[in-house]
Amino acid sequence: MPLYHNEDQAMLADTARGFMAEEGNIAKQLRHWRDRNCKDGFGHALWKQMAEMGFTGMLVEEADGGLGMGHVEAGIVLEEIGRNLTPSPFLTSSVLAATALKHGSDDLKGRYLPGLIAGDSVFAVAIDETAKHRPSRIATRADKSGNGFRLNGAKTFVIHGGSADMVVVAARTSGGDEDADGITLFAVPKDVAGLSHDHVRLVDSSMATHMRLDGVELDGDAVIGEIDGGRAVLDAMLLAGRVGAAAEGVGVARGAMDMTVDYLKQRKQFGKLIGEFQALQHRASHLYSEVEIARAATIKAQQLLDGGSAHADLMASVAKAKVAKAARLAVQEGVQMHGGIGMTDEYDIGLYMKRDRALAEFLGDAHFHANRVAELSGY
Amino acid sequence: MADLEQFRTETRAWLEANCPPEMREPVRGEDDIYWGGRNATFKNDAQKAWLEACIAKGYTVPMWPKEYGGAGLSAPEAKVLREEMGKIGARPPLSSFGIWMLGPALLHFGTEGQKQRFLNEIARGEIRWCQGYSEPGSGSDLVSLQTFGEDKGDHWVVNGQKIWTSYADHADWIFCLVRTDKENKYGGITFMLFDMASEGVTTKPIKLISGSSPFCETFFDNVKVPKSYGDDVPAYVGTINRGWDVAKYLLGHEREMISGADGGERQAAIGAMMKRHAARLGDDLDPVLRAELANFDVDALAYAAMGEKFLDEIKVGKAHPAQPNMMKYAGTELNKRRHELMMAVGGSRSLEWESEATEGGKPSKSWLRTKANSIEGGTSEVMLNVIAKRILDLPGA
Ligand SMILES: Cc1cc2nc3c(=O)[nH]c(=O)nc-3n(C[C@H](O)[C@H](O)[C@H](O)COP(=O)(O)OP(=O)(O)OC[C@H]3O[C@@H](n4cnc5c(N)ncnc54)[C@H](O)[C@@H]3O)c2cc1C
Ligand SMILES: Cc1cc2nc3c(=O)[nH]c(=O)nc-3n(C[C@H](O)[C@H](O)[C@H](O)COP(=O)(O)OP(=O)(O)OC[C@H]3O[C@@H](n4cnc5c(N)ncnc54)[C@H](O)[C@@H]3O)c2cc1C
Repeated sequence: MPLYHNEDQAMLADTARGFMAEEGNIAKQLRHWRDRNCKDGFGHALWKQMAEMGFTGMLVEEADGGLGMGHVEAGIVLEEIGRNLTPSPFLTSSVLAATALKHGSDDLKGRYLPGLIAGDSVFAVAIDETAKHRPSRIATRADKSGNGFRLNGAKTFVIHGGSADMVVVAARTSGGDEDADGITLFAVPKDVAGLSHDHVRLVDSSMATHMRLDGVELDGDAVIGEIDGGRAVLDAMLLAGRVGAAAEGVGVARGAMDMTVDYLKQRKQFGKLIGEFQALQHRASHLYSEVEIARAATIKAQQLLDGGSAHADLMASVAKAKVAKAARLAVQEGVQMHGGIGMTDEYDIGLYMKRDRALAEFLGDAHFHANRVAELSGY
Repeated sequence: MADLEQFRTETRAWLEANCPPEMREPVRGEDDIYWGGRNATFKNDAQKAWLEACIAKGYTVPMWPKEYGGAGLSAPEAKVLREEMGKIGARPPLSSFGIWMLGPALLHFGTEGQKQRFLNEIARGEIRWCQGYSEPGSGSDLVSLQTFGEDKGDHWVVNGQKIWTSYADHADWIFCLVRTDKENKYGGITFMLFDMASEGVTTKPIKLISGSSPFCETFFDNVKVPKSYGDDVPAYVGTINRGWDVAKYLLGHEREMISGADGGERQAAIGAMMKRHAARLGDDLDPVLRAELANFDVDALAYAAMGEKFLDEIKVGKAHPAQPNMMKYAGTELNKRRHELMMAVGGSRSLEWESEATEGGKPSKSWLRTKANSIEGGTSEVMLNVIAKRILDLPGA
């Protein structure tokens, strides 16, 4: 498969780009909700519009009422989300939770997918239990109780946790905290007794929760996939999420870079446009190279994932790490090259820096993924 | 698609039958590379047999038209051939500036007569070419070159000096930028082709920090260059005084080649290999070095994806015309980093300049040679200038 968008994908990219620039732009969404101290950190009306565009269910199989598209397509939407810093539950709901639900029973799919596709429901995923992404370590316990399970434990950094109608929770049904096996995934509905959230607003104005599960009782039909065999589903979900987060990161990097290059063409100092100074030109050109390379790695990962390749996992970590490095460079150079004005809230460039920080941390930062590249390569 | 699968099956069978086992070994030294030319000798029968088989099939230049010595393969077919050759580790049958640089320029700008003559010679490795661009005062600022060809009607008399002419002392012919109009900077350069055996051409080797010296200063002292080598075979490419267009076109190809975008070792991950290497030396990877290797591998694998994307886009005309500059910049900087890390893993062993264990100081010599990657074919700084100007559209660049 050639590493560029085919005609249908290019058309989707045009549509997504126009839509997100028009409806999902920074003034209309991020600043709007932030300035109102919105408890969700995103707008439900936009989510509904995204459903009307066919975005919300794009990764859901056609048999289940979705569009049955791939990760290249989801990545196209995510890149535009990133470029506009659009606050949206797309990544958690339409990519992560939707991937988990692929492995769910017909009953679970019937219960949750229509709401997602219609843009009425929002989902979250609860994996990590520490400040850093450590999916190999799951201590939250799910013990057999009657026909179902009783969950006890705590989860951190649950993005949209407070807004979610359902949270996909990874819990341990057997073995020790660091064991690969013995994991089971559960679809935990919003209002179940024993579930509580500690809400926190993050640096990028998004909302997350620290989630507590105190004797949460679930029926056996809340299980997604196999009991004790949840690691495979978790891995599939993480893979999709990482590739998706990389795509969003590419958008953040490109947005910040474009804004900065534009500024270099407008700002005058020493009687010249600052873009005329070679010291800045070279850094801008270097930045451009890094962002392009990160984007290529991301498209490669998307294609491998869609093709079911065994290399998708390695390439997903390459993409996540490379994008994290390139986007970090983009926001840092962005703020620096804007000079003092780049430090002000009035200018958008700082918002890119904040979003990059949060997105890079989500599902593993550049260090985590470079380490993974080493492990998957056998050293 | 079915056709492509069939082509793959056939190619695999052909390679199996025609690529000798000795030609499936990694290239170890300079004499493992066959450059062709009038005075070329083969290292062994296998090298000769492999070249002849490829010439017969058009596989020294797979994508060139059949009438010029190629195989007329489509881009996807050429990719299949590359992949299949890669799988068995087949060496390139012929390395040549004719194939990489002059050939593409002739395909684009040459007359039918020039194509018939020169392209076929290049495809068969009969004539070895060198590139006469740089001058002592004209490196990055190439267009300031001073070598002058005085018009004498049916010929020019060329005087001047070139520098860094790779393999000039082994080359049969040179493609050379010569000023033919002193008044017109860009519009006064002619792209000439002439025999290095012409009277008045001398070369003097330049020894590099890596110890090798395939590089030369080249001097022209009243060299007579005819304007034509026969019917429809002019001695210049394109138009007289419009050689800059050809030079720029060709530089694009040169940069693409140096970038390593079309595969090859410089974009591959090295961490696993370095761990094995360290183990052979009785050592393990230092944790901080391991981390650097991991970060390098992220960059190398991402760059490999970029290389693939770049080639895919070039084929369908989607790549930005200045994209080779980006590939050259990123690819060569990466390759330097790669060799820094390989030196670090090797430790003091890799310092050995002449020893059997290092095959004659291969690690340190390769490491030093890579430092030229970000200079030859246009420096990294010049690449960044071009990106700023042509891709980012920055002012005054
Ligand atoms: C938090 C904060 C507090 C401050 N407090 C004070 C204060 O108390 N009093 C006060 O007077 N000022 C203050 N300043 C202003 C500060 O001194 C200026 O922001 C600074 O001098 C940079 O100028 P600028 O913002 O106009 O950036 P610009 O000059 O517009 O620079 C934009 C970018 O272009 C680059 N650039 C500009 N010229 C060149 C060149 N020739 N070559 C290469 N690159 C170039 C810059 O390095 C920068 O990256 C403060 C700024 C900040 C952010
Ligand atoms: C191993 C090797 C093989 C070569 N083979 C050939 C060959 O076969 N044929 C041939 O014709 N040439 C060949 N070259 C020459 C090569 O193309 C030149 O060395 C190259 O173009 C740089 O020119 P220079 O060496 O004169 O450096 P200079 O142009 O003097 O540059 C010196 C430094 O200044 C920087 N600089 C210059 N101008 C600018 C600018 N405007 N902005 C920012 N920085 C700038 C450069 O980037 C560099 O870092 C070869 C060179 C090497 C090292």
